[in-house]
Amino acid sequence: MQRADGLDCRGLTKEYQGSRGRRALDSIDLQVPARGIFSLIGMNGAGKTTLVRILATQLEPTSGTASIDGLDVVKQAKALRERIATVPQEARTVPWMTPKQTVLSYLMWRGTSYSASKAKASEVLAKVGLEQQEDVLTRRLSGGMKRKVMVATVLASEADIVFLDEPTTGLDPISRKELWAYLGTLAKDRFLILTTHYLEEAEELANIIGIMHMGRIVGLGTLDQLRAEVKQQYSVRVAAGHELPSITDGRVTRARSGEAQILTTEDEAYRLSRQLLERGARFSMSRVSLDDIFFHLVNRSDLEGTRA
Amino acid sequence: MKPWGRQVLASILVNSIYEMKNYPVVLINTVLSPLSFLLVIAFVSRGQLIPDAIEGGFIMSMFNSGMSLQGDLAHLKNDFKLQDMVVSSPTSPAAYVTGMALAEVIYSTPALAVLVVLAAIYIHPGVAEAVLLVSVLLLMFLASIAIGYTLSTFSSDIVQSFAFSRLISTLFSTLPPVYYPITLIPTPFRYAAYLSPTTYAAEISQNAAGLLSLSSSGVAAAWGVLLATTAALALVAMKKARWREV
Repeated sequence: MQRADGLDCRGLTKEYQGSRGRRALDSIDLQVPARGIFSLIGMNGAGKTTLVRILATQLEPTSGTASIDGLDVVKQAKALRERIATVPQEARTVPWMTPKQTVLSYLMWRGTSYSASKAKASEVLAKVGLEQQEDVLTRRLSGGMKRKVMVATVLASEADIVFLDEPTTGLDPISRKELWAYLGTLAKDRFLILTTHYLEEAEELANIIGIMHMGRIVGLGTLDQLRAEVKQQYSVRVAAGHELPSITDGRVTRARSGEAQILTTEDEAYRLSRQLLERGARFSMSRVSLDDIFFHLVNRSDLEGTRA
Repeated sequence: MKPWGRQVLASILVNSIYEMKNYPVVLINTVLSPLSFLLVIAFVSRGQLIPDAIEGGFIMSMFNSGMSLQGDLAHLKNDFKLQDMVVSSPTSPAAYVTGMALAEVIYSTPALAVLVVLAAIYIHPGVAEAVLLVSVLLLMFLASIAIGYTLSTFSSDIVQSFAFSRLISTLFSTLPPVYYPITLIPTPFRYAAYLSPTTYAAEISQNAAGLLSLSSSGVAAAWGVLLATTAALALVAMKKARWREV
């Protein structure tokens, strides 16, 4: 299996026809080593799917360039398609097919022989825990099982660059964790590009995280690198009903439950904690999570509560 | 088998074999659709137009294969995102569409088999007539899959897709004189009928079977229109169909 050297976007822009000048992607510059899992996070309409569809050679950019391992997504799409596989957002299993037939036909589209595809289909479905359901029509499967079939379908291929656009949407927490474990294993010898709404998913799985907002990359790096971009790297959460101490450096948001969150510096977090302890307040202190970084970077902290 | 053959086979499996195997009830519709008109024409004409209606059944089967292709491709593209998965794979649009189109023919096999039996009973075509009919049907099929594929790549939802499919099917295979001779319809309507390539296909096959008498220049003109229309539609499909979206 070939290894990719890197994902490289320069001035990548997409403006859909009839969008009246609104850019779905706005001059994206992005360089990511093609190893492990690269996760794109962002709100609905941030541009994640548009970016993935361009990289997966399904959509033409309006301007700019993008390449993976030196293969241009427009000019060298044919060569790139030998190496990529994708589970699009909203991809569904075809109801008149079984999981085995789904994986088998996809592998044949990739050029694998019928007998090899059949054997590989059973092998991969067993790995995702669907060996008992491999000959059951997919319309009879649960939503979680159907998602697993879709993921198994592309992962059965020899593609070493795999795009998964919100693969765990709709899965229950247990199925999601099972799939995470499987993706983690696969990422050892493939480059997975994963979009997700679940920030904890990116935090758990991704080696590199890209934060998208309004068609732009507003944050890129490892979790520690993203934390470093945030001035206030500590979070103090104070339960509802407790008076907050005076804050010299930081900002406060308050959730609907009444819980207050103070994003602040390390020194200030310790000072506030001491005061809260003295008052007997219920509180917790931690380093900022990806959620905090995300909200900070996209300037949307008011989604979780109103500014204090 | 080479990769291209495997890719074609994958499309055939998905679009016909698995569906026929897992949902056998769909076969009833494929048989009834072309035969229903045939029966109506046979009853109304008191059996006199049975040979014309059989030829019309063949043409409608092949033309509707292309229209079904449009609906099926749009369904798989919009509702299952299958085309996106295939675009991001080594499969070429030609292999994908060829397999999907052949799947439609396989899907029509039960209806075609019934029509072949009826043709043997009521038309008794010779080898030359049979070859001619197959050639006409092949052109009809190519024209209809070119329309079907092109439209499928533009449709964004299944309701729009099926509306297109029904409209074109009605305009090209139900309204034109496919199941009966063109001489049965009033002159002003004949001009409108000649806008449809299926009219020329019906004329050629009816003439070959001795059901209609066309001059040699008339036959040549019908072939010319049919070939030109098919070539034009194929060209449009190659130039305008969107494999990768813009």
